[in-house]
Amino acid sequence: MITTKHLSKYYGDKLAVDDLTFSVAPGEVLGFLGANGAGKSTTMRMIAGFISPSQGEVSVCGHDIEHAPVAAKACMGYLPEGAPSYGEMTVSEFLDFVADVRGLSGELRRVRRGVVVDRLGLGPVIHQVIETLSKGFRRRVGLAQALIHDPQVLILDEPTDGLDPNQKHEVRRLINELSKDKLVIVSTHILEEVHEVCTRAIIIAEGRIVADESPTALEARSRYHHAVSLRFEKTDQHEAARREIASLPEVAEVESNARELRLTAVPKPGANTLAAVSAIIVKNNWDVPELHLESGRLDEVFRSLTQPPGIPVSDTAQGADA
Amino acid sequence: MNKVLVIFRRELRSYFATPLAYVFIVIFLVLAAVFTFQVGGFFERGQADLQPFFRWHPWLYLVLIPAISMRLWAEERNSGSIELLMTLPITLWEAVAGKFLAAWCFAGIALMLTFPIWITVNYLGSPDNGAIVAAYVGSLLMAGGFLSIGMCLSAATRNQVVAFITAALVGFVFLLAGFPLVLDFVRGILPQAIVDAIASLSFFTHFEAISRGVIDLRDLVYFGALIGFWLAATALVLDMKKAE
Repeated sequence: MITTKHLSKYYGDKLAVDDLTFSVAPGEVLGFLGANGAGKSTTMRMIAGFISPSQGEVSVCGHDIEHAPVAAKACMGYLPEGAPSYGEMTVSEFLDFVADVRGLSGELRRVRRGVVVDRLGLGPVIHQVIETLSKGFRRRVGLAQALIHDPQVLILDEPTDGLDPNQKHEVRRLINELSKDKLVIVSTHILEEVHEVCTRAIIIAEGRIVADESPTALEARSRYHHAVSLRFEKTDQHEAARREIASLPEVAEVESNARELRLTAVPKPGANTLAAVSAIIVKNNWDVPELHLESGRLDEVFRSLTQPPGIPVSDTAQGADA
Repeated sequence: MNKVLVIFRRELRSYFATPLAYVFIVIFLVLAAVFTFQVGGFFERGQADLQPFFRWHPWLYLVLIPAISMRLWAEERNSGSIELLMTLPITLWEAVAGKFLAAWCFAGIALMLTFPIWITVNYLGSPDNGAIVAAYVGSLLMAGGFLSIGMCLSAATRNQVVAFITAALVGFVFLLAGFPLVLDFVRGILPQAIVDAIASLSFFTHFEAISRGVIDLRDLVYFGALIGFWLAATALVLDMKKAE
């Protein structure tokens, strides 16, 4: 269980994190989203006990991080941004060091060490010096270090940053497996990740929480929620459909991509666009090889929540219209 | 396992993981020999003692100890591993003590490797070995003093060069405080009590006393208090940086 109360952080006069209050329960995977510099890492560092909050408090597993830091740190595993480690050590020495500091000994230590080496595929590099490893392996060493004591709470700051797609997939699978009985906080700016691993997402902008709900609920905020997207074979049909669909009462707007012959019908709130659009396709007998109902676009929701007011959202959202 | 010991072992091993340790030891031994035999006139004096050897230690340490201490925290800060260390379940004191003891132990190893000179002087004559042991203890304590200063300054920066230069500078001040040149100068403007206070802060005053073979409790207390003070300052600097 992690609870933060009125957590704030000033760097000089600059307010980096502004009055964050939230709590996370075991079994939850919380995605922490925000643009670069929004205060993600600062918040994670305060939870992990690396920096002290200017105001407010953090409690991890019932221990206040300022008053009982050792107990709080003992129950969590933390992967700092960039997965720093001691470059001159071998993977094996490094894991031994962390296991020693974490007080693991005997059979438990042997088993846990085996488990993390196995799960993160560190076997082939176990006797290699860390600074000679690739970025992907270093990140995995960082994850192994965070997992070695089988913590109840896991805090991962951009765990998939810099990994290739296969490695990303692997890490996400790992997080999903771990999340059954643990509490995981993952910061990321990769939005597809939120869908794959998180049960809840908090979006912060300029140090404040601007959204705190499930990824599905976030998508429902999108103007593309329940939008119908379709592709045509013929240019003339694409053109005709654009006009006809735009005139439907259920449709707020039609976005067109002439190069790929695609249309996206953005619904008016609460309208059943799918039924209306399919009816019109049947009526005109258009060739439509592709048709699907969108659940919403997280990137568009993210932009609308995190961009300072004044930059119209639709401008950037229609960037594909070319 | 005791956490200070875990930090100590990792830190000490990391010295030997890079060429730094070997380069340092070789330079230390070569310079110690040069000062003893060339500058100090070990043979010409015709006396069976190690005064010409120990006399130059403050100056050797002034230049060489910052090379050991500069990386202690600056490197951790620069590589980001400090974030890892500080989020492990250890107290700030355990980290500071473990690192200091490792650096001190390393300086001790370098000092111990000067043993051939002790064998030499015993072969050539019959020196007062008690006095030599005392001088070694004094030298080690002084190395600890230099190290604690360097460690504190290393905690304040992420740049090892800055850590080296500031450590050498502050060390220089602590050395010079005992020099007649400096003391004569301040004696002209300040009352005797303050002059004595300045003189008593100097490494020289206390090291000279011990290296003559007299281990006085006051000198031990001086080095103990000095090291304690700079370690506390290190913890304070780290804690302040934490709030930044």
